[in-house]
Amino acid sequence: MLYNEPSPLETKVLTRRFGMPNSASIDTYLATEGYQAFRKAAGMKPEQIIEEMKISNLRGRGGAGFPAGMKWSFVPRTSPKPKYIVVNGDESEPGTCKDRVLMENDPHQLIEGVLIAGLAVDAHAGYIYIRGEYRYLIEIMEKAIAEAYEKGWLGKNIQGTGFDFELYTHTGAGAYECGEESALLESIEGKRGIPRIRPPFPAVVGAFQCPTVLNNVETYCAAPAILRDGGAAYAALGVPKAGGTKMTCLTGHINKPGVYELKLGFPVKQMIEEVGGGIRLGRKLKAFVPGGSSCPVLTAAEVEGATMDYDSMSSRKTMLGSGGVIIMDDHTCMVKAALRIMRFYAHESCGWCIPCREGTTWLKKILERFHQGGGTRGDINLIGDIAKNMLGRTFCPLGDAAAMPTISIVEKFRSEFEDHLNGKPCPYEHEMVTA
Amino acid sequence: MTFSPELEARFDKLLKSYPAGRQRSAMIPMLLYAQDEIGCVSDELIDEVAQRVGVTPMQVNEVMSYYSMLHRKPLGKYHVQVCTNISCLLHDGDKLYEHACKKLGIGHKGVTADGQISLEEVECMGACSWAPAIQVNYDFHHFVTPEKLDQLLDGLKEK
Repeated sequence: MLYNEPSPLETKVLTRRFGMPNSASIDTYLATEGYQAFRKAAGMKPEQIIEEMKISNLRGRGGAGFPAGMKWSFVPRTSPKPKYIVVNGDESEPGTCKDRVLMENDPHQLIEGVLIAGLAVDAHAGYIYIRGEYRYLIEIMEKAIAEAYEKGWLGKNIQGTGFDFELYTHTGAGAYECGEESALLESIEGKRGIPRIRPPFPAVVGAFQCPTVLNNVETYCAAPAILRDGGAAYAALGVPKAGGTKMTCLTGHINKPGVYELKLGFPVKQMIEEVGGGIRLGRKLKAFVPGGSSCPVLTAAEVEGATMDYDSMSSRKTMLGSGGVIIMDDHTCMVKAALRIMRFYAHESCGWCIPCREGTTWLKKILERFHQGGGTRGDINLIGDIAKNMLGRTFCPLGDAAAMPTISIVEKFRSEFEDHLNGKPCPYEHEMVTA
Repeated sequence: MTFSPELEARFDKLLKSYPAGRQRSAMIPMLLYAQDEIGCVSDELIDEVAQRVGVTPMQVNEVMSYYSMLHRKPLGKYHVQVCTNISCLLHDGDKLYEHACKKLGIGHKGVTADGQISLEEVECMGACSWAPAIQVNYDFHHFVTPEKLDQLLDGLKEK
């Protein structure tokens, strides 16, 4: 089901079946060009499939934004080892709830995307790793997989093409870190989700030590449209270096929160005002997070002229990330926001790398003390220093993810830290708002 | 240990889902599905899963302790999980959690005396656009207010 009204400003590519009766069923899927992209891809050479993906300018939708076609091209097709397709459905980046609606409303689109990746790299088995909390989605995906086997879209000799593919779900059990690709692979092997050092990258040594394509749910979901309508058509929807649409989750202090499919390059102000209906209670924007809690925050002034794409965000020293937009109004306490974000990373740090394990815990303690009014002027610089010393010093990006928003909040909202000095109560405390 | 036929069928399917010699992969899913049936990850369950996937009980213990959804002690029949992470915080999820603590008279990972309800302050559960959100067992509840939470909890007490 849909949890929010769609917006007329959306570009419906991945969400084109949303709202149709029984949109998750294979009958609806087949009646609306479903699995036609697989048929087309089965008649193409693997290199042509990868070329089409490269032309599409599809960049990984999990957060890192690595070009998907290039990632697929790194898999050594001629390796005698089996190859695997792994779907990252561990969606846990705070602010992000888009893979959920993709799997819930159109599970066959994901299955078809996986099959196309399988054709491209000569893989014959795949795993959809879904976070444990999304149990109902595991049930939806398993039902869709069963339907696909029954109607001959999974299994041996799919639709007479000679291509075999087995697809399984795999449940997580509560760990943000398992959304990091190498930790996810450890988890799928029945281990603690601790990151692997790279190289080798998963394309060469991935699941079960075999070559593996590992992408986010949304990335695979884009593949059917790319193969069906051509990479160029998909690329044309976006901006020069990033094609297509992005599933964007509007969260926080906005009138119409929800998940919307927007063209890459969509203007941020229009997104807030017209898609999201503006800041709630008629308030003003204080801080903007483009794609999940690990992104550096932008001030209202920095949002001027910004567009929702990789380059616009990187020119503002932040990231498009996962599409989890977090809107904070002018009544938000930025110290409290920084503290809550840090509490999360301290909880989720796997403990493998010392700068992350110790850094997140110390920062949490200092921010907690600070928010309660026990901070000193020296703490403000100390917070920034500790965070900067975590950057780039860990196996996986969790340490960076904790440090980056913290550094940006301390630098851009320093006066709010000063407002908490000398035992002053937090100036932003309020009763619960349920509007 | 004996499990329901449905769980045994799931175990069979899981053990066949991974490449030969990689049955350890089934361990975490088996623990979670079994926990749903028997209430927690007991010593007995650890031994059983270890034996079925071909590792030592110590190896199961080492892995399971990493995952926040796997619990060594029984939770309530209804496990109420309140998200207070950033997008929910902006909708006062922290105040909703405090409200739940007061209402139930328990704190983080506490269980009511009758064993009916347990409470946990959780990290982001992927309901950010429909905040504040809670989960009762695996069911999501969106746009939760203190009043809605009261009604929900009162309903669970009677069930």
